[in-house]
Amino acid sequence: MNVLSVEELSVDFHTAEGRSRAVDRVSFAVPENRTVALVGESGSGKTVISQTIMGLLPPVAEISSGKVVLSDPSGEIEPVDIATLDRKGAKMRHLRGNRVAIIFQEPMTSLSPLHTIGDQIGEAAELHRGVGRAEARELTREMLRLVRFPDPQRGLDAYPFELSGGLRQRAMIAMAMICHPALLIADEPTTALDVTIQAEILKLIKDVQSELRMSVLMITHDFGVVANMADEVVVIYHGRIMERGTAEQLFSNPQHDYLKALLNAVPSFDMDRSERLVPIRPITVKAEDLKKSRPDCRVAPGEPLVQVKDVTKRFTLRKGGLLGARTATMTALDQVNLTIRRGECLGVVGESGSGKTTVAKTILRALDINEGEILYNKGEGLSDVSHLRGDALMDYRRRVQLIFQDPFSSLNPRMTVNDILTEPLEIHGIGTAEERAERARSLMSLVGLDARYLRRYPHSFSGGQRQRIGIARALALNPEFILCDEPTSALDVSVQAQILNLLQDLKRDLGLTYLFVSHNLAVVDYIADRIVVMCRGRVVEVGETREVVSNPLHPYTRALLSAVPEPDLNEKLDFAALDAGRASEPGDWPEPFRLGDGTVPHLIEMKPDHFVCAPGLYGRHAQEGTAA
Amino acid sequence: MTGERSDLTHAPAGKREVEHYVDPQPFDPGSVEELTPEQERFYQASQWQIMWWKFKRHKLAVWSGVVLILFYLCVPFAEVIAPYTANTRDSNHLYAPPQPLHLFHEGRFVGPFVYGMKSELDMTNLKWVFSEDRTDVQPVRFFCSGDPYKFWGLLDADFHLFCPAEGGTLFLLGTDRLGRDMLSGLIYGARISLTVGLVGVAISIVLGLFFGGIAGYFGGIADNVIQRIIEIMRSLPELPLWMALSAALPVTWNPVWIYFGLTIILGLLDWPGLARAVRSKLLSLREEEYAQAAVLMGAKPKRVITRHLLPGFSSHVIASASLSIPSMILGETALSFLNLGLRRPAVSWGVLLNEAQNISVVTVYPWLMAPVIPIIIVVLAFNFLGDGLRDAADPYK
Repeated sequence: MNVLSVEELSVDFHTAEGRSRAVDRVSFAVPENRTVALVGESGSGKTVISQTIMGLLPPVAEISSGKVVLSDPSGEIEPVDIATLDRKGAKMRHLRGNRVAIIFQEPMTSLSPLHTIGDQIGEAAELHRGVGRAEARELTREMLRLVRFPDPQRGLDAYPFELSGGLRQRAMIAMAMICHPALLIADEPTTALDVTIQAEILKLIKDVQSELRMSVLMITHDFGVVANMADEVVVIYHGRIMERGTAEQLFSNPQHDYLKALLNAVPSFDMDRSERLVPIRPITVKAEDLKKSRPDCRVAPGEPLVQVKDVTKRFTLRKGGLLGARTATMTALDQVNLTIRRGECLGVVGESGSGKTTVAKTILRALDINEGEILYNKGEGLSDVSHLRGDALMDYRRRVQLIFQDPFSSLNPRMTVNDILTEPLEIHGIGTAEERAERARSLMSLVGLDARYLRRYPHSFSGGQRQRIGIARALALNPEFILCDEPTSALDVSVQAQILNLLQDLKRDLGLTYLFVSHNLAVVDYIADRIVVMCRGRVVEVGETREVVSNPLHPYTRALLSAVPEPDLNEKLDFAALDAGRASEPGDWPEPFRLGDGTVPHLIEMKPDHFVCAPGLYGRHAQEGTAA
Repeated sequence: MTGERSDLTHAPAGKREVEHYVDPQPFDPGSVEELTPEQERFYQASQWQIMWWKFKRHKLAVWSGVVLILFYLCVPFAEVIAPYTANTRDSNHLYAPPQPLHLFHEGRFVGPFVYGMKSELDMTNLKWVFSEDRTDVQPVRFFCSGDPYKFWGLLDADFHLFCPAEGGTLFLLGTDRLGRDMLSGLIYGARISLTVGLVGVAISIVLGLFFGGIAGYFGGIADNVIQRIIEIMRSLPELPLWMALSAALPVTWNPVWIYFGLTIILGLLDWPGLARAVRSKLLSLREEEYAQAAVLMGAKPKRVITRHLLPGFSSHVIASASLSIPSMILGETALSFLNLGLRRPAVSWGVLLNEAQNISVVTVYPWLMAPVIPIIIVVLAFNFLGDGLRDAADPYK
């Protein structure tokens, strides 16, 4: 029996720019007690479909044809065509949150900060099941137990700000589940979460589903999540369904070119070092123009170019107080040591709050450090850059550039692409106006964009094109060293491969050195030569990428790797082995890895060129590692 | 349970046939990146062009803009547009009521004209009573010579857009207690009433940008001090403060000085609001990644401010300035009405309203309230215009 069947659904948007079709004759069904994944890139129409099912379409949207039939297997309601219901009417309200429920992407903003978790979850039960306050509270406690809240009784009276992201998402799931809906829509439920928490939430959704026998419509762009969760898959592109079938059919025998291309564009751990991703829209790099004018980096390949030595960074947090404010400090980086060798790509991985972006910012001199040294080799040996001023700082800024995470906010919307690309040259007073314009043209062809686009403004470009402009800007000054701060995390998978390949080609052709910060292990595995794993402001493991990925020694690295969902049906996550969030707590690591307060995070070379933070072994090993 | 599930999942054809559907159309990877000509045009447009397109969609704001342009035409050409000068007195027509404009006389079309007025003294109420003389047709003359004036205080001229018939009168909005034409007064009064807002806002923009800019960009102690000053200024009751300041303007000053004194007072008291807007916008723009990108490229504060921050909030400044013009116009009107601002022979709408201070006078001669109408229209128009500008101010949202 199909709990939801969508037949020939089309949705049009009437906007000032005219009429546009967001969903074009889409048909699919969600059977009872099954999970159907709706996979697509941003703008493909997958969110519009979920809004249609929830009756939450914006006023400018119109359902121009088709049916959305919901049949409740519990028999509580008659089968109903949601497309014909008044979006604001009583019937729709009765369905919403009761028979169909939704979990949103962002657990931080989808809970009201003013009410306790218990009140928010219980509200749906009071509204739809007509129970009293006390009974709703009892039901809520039961739900919190079902979603594995550590202490359901206390959770009832907690406010959202007291909970971590993972717990908030659990609370959201409890809220969606309390009326035992026939259909749960999970709209990118784990995109905003760290991998270890993602794995737990996925496991939870699976457990709750089998317990309540409900159907799940999982909206996602991540094939790893699809492979682990879905029974059936619907692939949507530009408002149309490209391919639909069981997970086996689609993963083992993809038919449509779009799906084949998408699967080829996702990096996975099984790839050979020499294997390249195939982007959907490949670009060719033309580096000849830039190579001619490029000064040679005077550091030999493989020699240390940047060295971060015992760097500690503390942030001062101000806490309340009407008059004198009390201050508290937070250690963002705790005696971090890193070496980046000329010509390599060093990947820095870690979850949110691990300090990976802070490291990048301190190297960029965007943040001052409290202790330690940052050394840079300009060809005359390593020298400290953390106190540079004036012209020396300008020279350093020219050599070290940053590629931002968000291609939308990092380009000034009020400047043309030409202005954006020539700005660094103007700041450093390089060349005449004509030479700058010439350089802007060669930068555009370098990243595979048409020189005619120079007159356009950034808002006219897609995310991937903007990120290429950002890369071109970073290359304008002929830098030696580029820091990439999650350059693909805001992009679709199909574009991600394009950007990763571009970065690789540029590194090869221009002899660049990268520090690549990311939370996505598969991406780092694809692009980085060596990996640094960070947790809570400390470096916990350093080594060759392949060595660290295939033979992780630190418990945190192991937990991270085991939580990454692979886009492969034969390598599903081992949900039973998940380590309920203990892995990212340095105080709970087993000896010799345990890090208490104030323990110096010594790195020990446990295998050749493979360092692990194991203070318990310090002293017993002859040499102390500096990750060189 | 789990066993049953996996059983279901792996049953290929047994319990549930799932169709493997494949879209028959060929896949074109470039289709999402194709642009229509309209998009192409939109994407090559600058911030100001997009703002203009957005503004044009706000019909009320566009029409308000047109109305304001018409009103502002009175500022440079008041002498030409008004049939009389502001201080021409006709002692035969004191408190004369408005003369309605006619087109037909006894069923015959004669063009725009007014009937002459007969006046007689009502001895019981002791007031002049005016009535239309239906036999005396006085056609309005166009592009004619009338009251002599000095154009912009420089050129002697007597050209008017329209004037009364030779030896006749043309008091379309009536006269006041000294027989001065109300309509001409309104047209001359627009000069001061409409510009007082612009000059005052210009002063408050300069002050607001300066103090708001310092507070927003440098922060710290400067921010703290400026914020406290703003809070103190905001806590002072406005009207008494205006009154005190304008009472301090020497009575012996000529009208031009008084005028500037007034605008400075209005501007000085208005800047805190603008400074706050500038500060908060700067604070948010400073955190934008593109501003950080410029800093990391080595740009100096001056460049970051002028290239990245100023263009970002100039549109907001214009919008909030246009919203604060009405309060200035009303401020000037209030002060002049209370006899604390301008005085005759200078004419502003507030000065004209000064005549309407006495309720018994207003009930007998209601046309003395006429200046209220342009004030309402202008204030509303500025508010609608500012609303439209504010909506269009951020084209990238």
